Amino acid sequence: MTASAATTRTQVATGRRLPRADRLALHIAIVLILIGWLLPTLGMLVNSFRPAGDVSATGWWTALTPTARFTFDNYSHVFDQAGIGNAFLNSLFITIPATIIPVSIAAFAAYAFAWMSFPGRNILFVIVVGLLVVPLQATIVPVLNVFRTVGITGSGSAVAQALPFLSVWLAHTGYGLPFAVYLLRNYMGGLPKEVFESAEIDGAGHATAFFRLVLPMSFPALAALTIFQFLFVWNDLFVAIVYIGATNGTKLPMTATLANLVNSLGGDWQYLMAAAFISMALPLVVFFAFQRYFVRGITGGAVKG
Amino acid sequence: MDQRLITAIVVVIAVPAVLLGYILLVERVLGLVPERRQASLRPWLWILPALLLLGFFLVYPTIATAIRSFQDKTAAANFIGFANYQFFFSSPDTLVALRNSFIWLVLLTALVVVGGLITAVLFDRVRYESVAKSLLFLPLAISFVGAGVIWKFMFDYEPAGQTQIGTINGGLTALGIGPASFITDAPANTIWLIVVGAWIWTGFAMVILSAALKGISPEILEAARVDGASELQLFRRITLPLLSPTIAVVATTMIITALKAFDIVYVMTSGNFDTNILALDMYHQLFDFGQPGRAAAVATILVILIIPVMIVNIRRFQAQEAIR
Amino acid sequence: MAPASLGHIGGSVSVLAVWSGGTDPTSEQYAFMQVLKPFEDATGITVNYTSTRDINASITAGVASGNLPDVAGLPGPGKMIELANAGTLKPLDGLFDANAYRADTPGSAALEVNGKQYAEFFKGSIKGLIWYDPKVYTGGVPTSWDDLNTKAQAALANLSGTKEWCIGLQSGAGSDGWPGTDWIEDFVIRQSGPDVYDKWVAGTQKWTSPEIKMAFTEFGKALTNSFGDANSIISTNFGKAGDPLFTTPPGCLFHHQASFITSFFQKDNPSTVAGTDYNFFLEPDINPQFSGAVTGGGDLLGMFNDTPQAEALMKYLITPQAQAIWPSIPNSGAISGSKSVDVSIYPDDITKAAAKDLANAKIFRFDGSDAMPAAMSDAFLKAVEDFTKDQTQLDSILANLDTVQSTAYGG
Repeated sequence: MTASAATTRTQVATGRRLPRADRLALHIAIVLILIGWLLPTLGMLVNSFRPAGDVSATGWWTALTPTARFTFDNYSHVFDQAGIGNAFLNSLFITIPATIIPVSIAAFAAYAFAWMSFPGRNILFVIVVGLLVVPLQATIVPVLNVFRTVGITGSGSAVAQALPFLSVWLAHTGYGLPFAVYLLRNYMGGLPKEVFESAEIDGAGHATAFFRLVLPMSFPALAALTIFQFLFVWNDLFVAIVYIGATNGTKLPMTATLANLVNSLGGDWQYLMAAAFISMALPLVVFFAFQRYFVRGITGGAVKG
Repeated sequence: MDQRLITAIVVVIAVPAVLLGYILLVERVLGLVPERRQASLRPWLWILPALLLLGFFLVYPTIATAIRSFQDKTAAANFIGFANYQFFFSSPDTLVALRNSFIWLVLLTALVVVGGLITAVLFDRVRYESVAKSLLFLPLAISFVGAGVIWKFMFDYEPAGQTQIGTINGGLTALGIGPASFITDAPANTIWLIVVGAWIWTGFAMVILSAALKGISPEILEAARVDGASELQLFRRITLPLLSPTIAVVATTMIITALKAFDIVYVMTSGNFDTNILALDMYHQLFDFGQPGRAAAVATILVILIIPVMIVNIRRFQAQEAIR
Repeated sequence: MAPASLGHIGGSVSVLAVWSGGTDPTSEQYAFMQVLKPFEDATGITVNYTSTRDINASITAGVASGNLPDVAGLPGPGKMIELANAGTLKPLDGLFDANAYRADTPGSAALEVNGKQYAEFFKGSIKGLIWYDPKVYTGGVPTSWDDLNTKAQAALANLSGTKEWCIGLQSGAGSDGWPGTDWIEDFVIRQSGPDVYDKWVAGTQKWTSPEIKMAFTEFGKALTNSFGDANSIISTNFGKAGDPLFTTPPGCLFHHQASFITSFFQKDNPSTVAGTDYNFFLEPDINPQFSGAVTGGGDLLGMFNDTPQAEALMKYLITPQAQAIWPSIPNSGAISGSKSVDVSIYPDDITKAAAKDLANAKIFRFDGSDAMPAAMSDAFLKAVEDFTKDQTQLDSILANLDTVQSTAYGG
């Protein structure tokens, strides 16, 4: 990468070329969008620190007045939930493999769909993507019937004993694959052909081309996909309840603990406000951690060398 | 505790090792095969893990569901022909759900794609891009239950003259306009629910489109600028065409998301006041009403609805391969 | 039967129900644990309890995977009948003297399928209580529905801006509208009696019939005389709907709600005192022919696996000893399903009075919307909201309910 190319990138990124008035308009537009986007969340953030009686009596903005009362009760109540630490660990144990497995398997498949030719490739690919529309609620009864026959579910099953989360990992993988394959195949398919030609000239095999060239060049797409899959699994309650079983309480993720904050008559919903912020903390950390992969020029740099 | 430790080791070491080992093993095995056969065998081995899991978790249940849609609700599952489909197309409630799903499909896709594109392009031009992106992305990290509570505070309605506690009605009242009931007044309520969907999903489109935007070579843009093109021309003539495959991905994903949408409506209205949508109807039939046959019919209709979108995608991929 | 008479059994039993809250002493889960403790101590059986929010999805998945709990809380008699017909639930008849149980437990008839008992009425509530602030309403207990309205008008004449009723229908995903179905059920049983009520729940009384229409119309009058407007009634949570009782000047005179509402009064208005700031009388008779007719709801428990441990638990939970534990916890708002539980165990006078009303009811019927098949019940909830929104649509709303009725029953 030459010095002049680096300068160009900085200029494009900062919009320094825009006239002063346009630049001001740009900043104003962005700030307005962000305020609009944050306002709903801000309202709940403020309310989550107010006593329940106040929340249902006055708007959150009245908390700006000096007479407003604040409390940490909602947060301490959530942290005091029995077994919340265990549930947090369960969530991690479920989410990490249920993210790594589908992203990896999808990358293999997407590479094959994009850069290997075989009969029926496009039809097969479109069927894979079309499966995205199948509502997962509709799949559980047939799948669970098989699990029962094979003996994967049930507290007495050896598989369930040794790897309690295996069926959840595989289920999330199955449900996440259509989108993952779709996104990655589209991105990999757009990579310049020269990359592979030079690799073939070098005599490198597909494995080398995949690990050395395609994966690094697909990092923005892989990062985006990892975040989405992580989020989906982290916030999932349904798949966990179905495949772990509602009766297997010590193996359930944090979403199950948080859903139980509301009592059977629909009361105590104010705890959900605190719970929402507590449970979104980790996904946001993941997002920040992957931010640095969304940078300009990874593809360009690799191609132009 | 030791059980947890074993799980942790499996999670951190064994799972990645198995995945990496699979491809290395495949290539090793292929090395033993005559070279002529390698090329035809390789793609299938690379796709195999995906096909196995998809086959078990999605293809097989889809076929089972299609069969179930022709059976009655009993455990014996007697065949009853098209009765479940007949119910679907004759019940006013499901027809409302069908209509609303189309509104969701059009409006959610449009709002999210346009919103994602605008924000991705605008944020790309400022130094605080990563902060701006994180803030827009925030709603995606919130669970649907959390989003339900958040928008309860946005849409809350109290009668005129009472203290408003909802953000929007608080604002309207301050401006001297009377409060509006966003959730119960059809047909606008469906639009408001879609706004909640757009609030959540725009960050998704923004992240994907932004990743693609980074893939556009700065040199191309620079060359056009040297030729005197304005920023708007640049966007229309260069950025937009280069982003179009990604826009298609986002649009397809959002069409499917809209058809499958269920959580927002479930949390906010339970489908009342003419806000019902297909996936929620299916959920009710399956889990609450004990009607697996009718639920299966709805699921099958969803799958059929997506076929035209997939045909468009096939054409697009053929075009992509023709030009590269 | 004392738990000790069950003898030492050992082993474990899994239980799934909606009561959550862990070890928080004000929570429902904590209360249930108190109920289980004597059982575990006496029998050596470990109860593995899990709470879940979505009991319907959990049971559907459990049936498919073969991973059902031994004992589970059921969402209502409608779902229970469905599971019993599918052969998933085990009958309880052999476990205890069914006739004695039915005599002791109001509403247990709703828990029979083909003459067999398929669930236990674990704890209950009495519906159709009319709550008021005794400092505001001083007219005493009305003798009839007309008398109530006359007394209300007299009280309202001295107040400005106060409405007769407070109503709030919102409750949460899937159950919005139930306070309105309670209103209608209370009218049907008091206007037209238990026979019409039973036929209506069983799906043989048309919604468009004059009896049911009359109940909706009467509810419509109450809606018109309510605090707020149609939209706010629909979107106000039932738990805070009664709050205007306690404002100055009061927003409303009366609040029609079940016995468990006291815990919500306390949460939103911690300074209020039972008896001083709120009290209740039972919704008065309408047709004297059906004097003393009352509706109520309750939590049901059913058994999926007939293990010795599960059977022992089912036997224990209906004993007077077990039945007395939860209701005796202060502010729990719970009432025992059993008549033989002594009223002295209730922690305050309000709950004592509610329990007496339940035990003394001449005619008792289970909450109708909970006892209808799920599709019917769901349409009923929706209809109540639609009716609240626009009362002029009553005829088409009832006609639509008839259509649902024609397919929701049977099989």
